[in-house]
Amino acid sequence: MKGRVWKFGNDVDTDLIIPARYLNTTDPQELAAHCMEDADPGFAKVVQKGDILVAGKNFGCGSSREHAPIAIKAAGVSCVIAATFARIFYRNAVNIGLPILECPEAAAALQQGDVVEVDLSTGIIKNLSRPGEHQAAPFPPFMQEIIKAGGLINYVQERMKKRA
Amino acid sequence: MSMTITEKILAAHAGEERVEPGELVNCRLDLTLANDITAPVAIKEFARLGLDRVFDPERVVLVPDHFTPNKDIKSAEQCRLIREFAREFGITNYFEVGRMGIEHCLLPEQGLVLPGDLVIGADSHTCTYGALGAFATGVGSTDLAAGMALGECWFKVPESMKFIYHGRLQPWVGGKDLILYTIGDIGVDGARYRAMEFTGEAISSLSVEGRLTMCNMAIEAGAKNGIVPPDEKTVAYVEKRAKREYRLYDSDPDARYVEVREYDASSIEPQVAFPHLPENARPVSEAQGIEIDQVVIGSCTNGRIEDLRVAAKILAGKKVHQRLRVVIIPGTQEIYLQALREGLLEVFVEAGAAVSTPTCGPCLGGHMGILARGERALSTTNRNFVGRMGHPESEVYLAGPAVAAASAVAGCIVHPKEVAGDAN
Repeated sequence: MKGRVWKFGNDVDTDLIIPARYLNTTDPQELAAHCMEDADPGFAKVVQKGDILVAGKNFGCGSSREHAPIAIKAAGVSCVIAATFARIFYRNAVNIGLPILECPEAAAALQQGDVVEVDLSTGIIKNLSRPGEHQAAPFPPFMQEIIKAGGLINYVQERMKKRA
Repeated sequence: MSMTITEKILAAHAGEERVEPGELVNCRLDLTLANDITAPVAIKEFARLGLDRVFDPERVVLVPDHFTPNKDIKSAEQCRLIREFAREFGITNYFEVGRMGIEHCLLPEQGLVLPGDLVIGADSHTCTYGALGAFATGVGSTDLAAGMALGECWFKVPESMKFIYHGRLQPWVGGKDLILYTIGDIGVDGARYRAMEFTGEAISSLSVEGRLTMCNMAIEAGAKNGIVPPDEKTVAYVEKRAKREYRLYDSDPDARYVEVREYDASSIEPQVAFPHLPENARPVSEAQGIEIDQVVIGSCTNGRIEDLRVAAKILAGKKVHQRLRVVIIPGTQEIYLQALREGLLEVFVEAGAAVSTPTCGPCLGGHMGILARGERALSTTNRNFVGRMGHPESEVYLAGPAVAAASAVAGCIVHPKEVAGDAN
């Protein structure tokens, strides 16, 4: 996948990603319309399909609201790269099939507007705007299974079939 | 071989003799929880599985508490969805407005969470229940949907951090101050992916309520769970509430910790966390004089009877300062009734505070106390992120109920002793 970089700082919390005042809906498109609103009010209007979100440490800290990765995914963001992720956000992103990569080097080096190519199978992040290539930590094998199944619900369906 | 309390509970629920930090385990669940924000997404995901039952209708808890009593038509629709789901699947622990409470005040109070339990909740503050010696952690809606279906969830066994609080607490210092101080020390990702185990003389002297407050905010340090090994206070708390068996676990003396931190609790002042992160905690003396527009006393962090008693003690016979408004929210119907019987509500109303039915409303900028542009609140809630309580250009300061009540009288942030003296 290939996309333009949107750069954010450290400790981007779930209230910044999708403020609670919009959580009286579960519609992904409605949520996407307010994605990152309190961090960058113009973001949702100008973000393009395939764009990549890059942030510092502890991305997605705070609430367990799955609306956060849902909003990011529905806004068209193809991948989130951060130095580190908060635990619940990381799990939620995997569960709904939003690709995320932990890579402190890429998080530090990539700049707003850079065009970046990401290979999810190898974890290689390549900067097409300037010289630079980074290696993200691969998913643990167990999580790869969930991703391979197409998210957690599909994975559970497979498990339930085996039980029956 | 030695294990921590967190490792023991995970091992027991995975059917293993022992587990190691970093290991992935599949665990049996004692309880799953969701609210009016997270349940609708979970119900949608659950529907994709095409099942006609949940794993156990008595172990699925649904509490509409965030936007209730419904603040608008959309939130009413979300609650209707939960209500219909609860009826269709025979969920016994669905709590309707008027019989409910803020989920993390309600579940321990109703004896739904017990020592040794393994609980997941689609709410990040599910970690509150660690105060009873349970392993409890927040998850998203899809994890919750899978949990409701299977009665199981996978976990990475966390490394444990041990926090030892020595000494006796100063007057007006409570669990909220200890946890704010701790988050101030380690930062909002200081315990990321880890278990926070709270021990020491000051924890033994804390009430169960104070411990619930501490474990509640473990997530604000990024932790997977907070936990207090159960003691006689825990047993006294759960004994009158439990409707099923429970089990007390404790860490082995030689259990392994990735880090141990020791504090002299007797030197800790009441704390205030400055905007816009809970880690910006400072002694109240450094916040003295900051003017505020609104005080909120309540939430899953500090909406328990003990918190209301502290607030009432300070507000008794006094008036809320003219320049600000105060919203006080008992955490559950039972707490509301108790506060009524003890005369606390009368104290609040006479002081000029608004008293609300249980709701999470103001904590997350939902309703019942939204801030306008440029306004500043002092709140006993758990988060002070940008826009958390309303306008993105408003500010939230976090503190315990003593500082909040005293500041409500003073009109600016003060040490409680300045309003109420040293005797608490």
